[in-house]
Amino acid sequence: MDAHAALIQPFVEFGFMRRALVACLALSVGSGPVGVLLVLRRMSLVGDALSHAVLPGAAIGFMIAGLSLVVMSLGGFIAGLVVATLSGVVARVTPQREDASFAAFYLISLALGVLIVSTRGSNVDLMHVLFGTILAVDDASLLLVVSIATLTLFTLAVIGRGLIVECFDPGFLRAVGGPGAVVHFVFLTLVVMNLVAGFHALGTLMAVGLMMLPAAVARFWAGEVATLAAASSAIAFASGYAGLLLSYHADLPSGPAIILVAGGVYMVSVVAGPRGSLWARVMPRQHLEA
Amino acid sequence: MTVVFSLHDVTLGYDRHPAVHHLTGSFATGSLTAVVGPNGSGKSTLLKGLIGHLPPLEGRLERNGLRHSDIAYLPQQAEIDRSFPISVIDTVLLGHWRTIGMFRSVTRAQWRKAEGALRAVGLDGFGRRPIASLSAGQFQRVLFARMLLQNCPVILLDEPFTAIDAKTAADLMRVVVGWHGEGRTVVAVLHDLEQVRENFPDTLVMAREPVAWGATAEVLRAEHLFKARQMAEAWDDRAEVCRRGGG
Repeated sequence: MDAHAALIQPFVEFGFMRRALVACLALSVGSGPVGVLLVLRRMSLVGDALSHAVLPGAAIGFMIAGLSLVVMSLGGFIAGLVVATLSGVVARVTPQREDASFAAFYLISLALGVLIVSTRGSNVDLMHVLFGTILAVDDASLLLVVSIATLTLFTLAVIGRGLIVECFDPGFLRAVGGPGAVVHFVFLTLVVMNLVAGFHALGTLMAVGLMMLPAAVARFWAGEVATLAAASSAIAFASGYAGLLLSYHADLPSGPAIILVAGGVYMVSVVAGPRGSLWARVMPRQHLEA
Repeated sequence: MTVVFSLHDVTLGYDRHPAVHHLTGSFATGSLTAVVGPNGSGKSTLLKGLIGHLPPLEGRLERNGLRHSDIAYLPQQAEIDRSFPISVIDTVLLGHWRTIGMFRSVTRAQWRKAEGALRAVGLDGFGRRPIASLSAGQFQRVLFARMLLQNCPVILLDEPFTAIDAKTAADLMRVVVGWHGEGRTVVAVLHDLEQVRENFPDTLVMAREPVAWGATAEVLRAEHLFKARQMAEAWDDRAEVCRRGGG
């Protein structure tokens, strides 16, 4: 099998592969920068919590309207926002910290979601919500994912400065009267939106994978917010492309294949990335004059 | 004499426990005041009250006509993530927040001003460096450069010279004295009494309760400092409700 047949032919031949690839590209463009900012804000696990939190909303949407993309996404989005808001409120008005309140609310939400799906739906439905089906992405889902990516980049361009300052020096932003709480909430909304985009393609279990793994990888390759975000998106898309091919040729489920490729890239980067990897530790480069 | 902050029987604290107890007095416009006292004596709490992050539990605190953006506040370093991937110049440029805010771009003149501020704190040529590569002293210089750009009439400093080298402390002290010369009002929490005696015309000795407040030579006397050490006991979970004041 030559390179063209292995790497390009599947996308030329099958519409579902092309749509899946475009979905991966859109997801990568949106989730890349969002993931980097989550890592910088030391909120890596909040992404995970929120991805589970969308489950009951998606499940209720499914109960109401069947396998309708719009209703399930809307339900997931609302459920995610409710969990993010409640966690944020508890963290701000009580001494409890945000990681603990997030854990509490996402667990409640997750249990509720599993309860709804298992009493009212079949196992097939549960599998669909948990694992997604990027190979069955239709035009409507594609439009949704691309819209979310566009909105994400636009919003980040608008709130970027405030977000970065809120992240590295929240005291300063408070002191100059900047809208720290607003920026934080808008950002959490972006996180939920991108997870909703991801869950249809990758399922709630792995939606967060394409957000966090590339962002964690980027840390070993880049050193500024902008380059970190670009690296994260590029790595996410490369993982998506390679994962789709892997799933096509080896007949594996696409979601886990994509995330495992990203996981492989992470392992390699930890060992051999140019910045702060194990390799850089063991083999330090010659020091400079000044 | 005009006044920047006036406090009338102000009590500040957390969970009903007072950290600053019944403080009355005022900070005159253009004054340079050191706040000293043992650990836990309410010095940082006082600054948080002055800037308005902590509303008084009791009493009145007036910021005579000051807007939020007129006050520059340097908290203790612990609140800043120094591993964050941001360059020195970008950090300093934030000092223009009042004019650039969230959305406006930085003009060439503002950029030059930022470079000038870096020169003024002895960090010429450090602009492109990531802040993670700086020492504690160098980073404190960056924060002072940012405050230079903020150009505020009132400046609050919380232990600005703790855990940094003597040379940096001396350089930055000159910046503070310069601010005083320009007629700005500065309130600084400090530990080094020698430094206070040398540079600060006014001093407030705190021990939760105000011990003494006035001209430094009058205030920094052995009996006041001894009294401050004795008064700064820890908090008592079963403390009675305070019956002093108007309540």
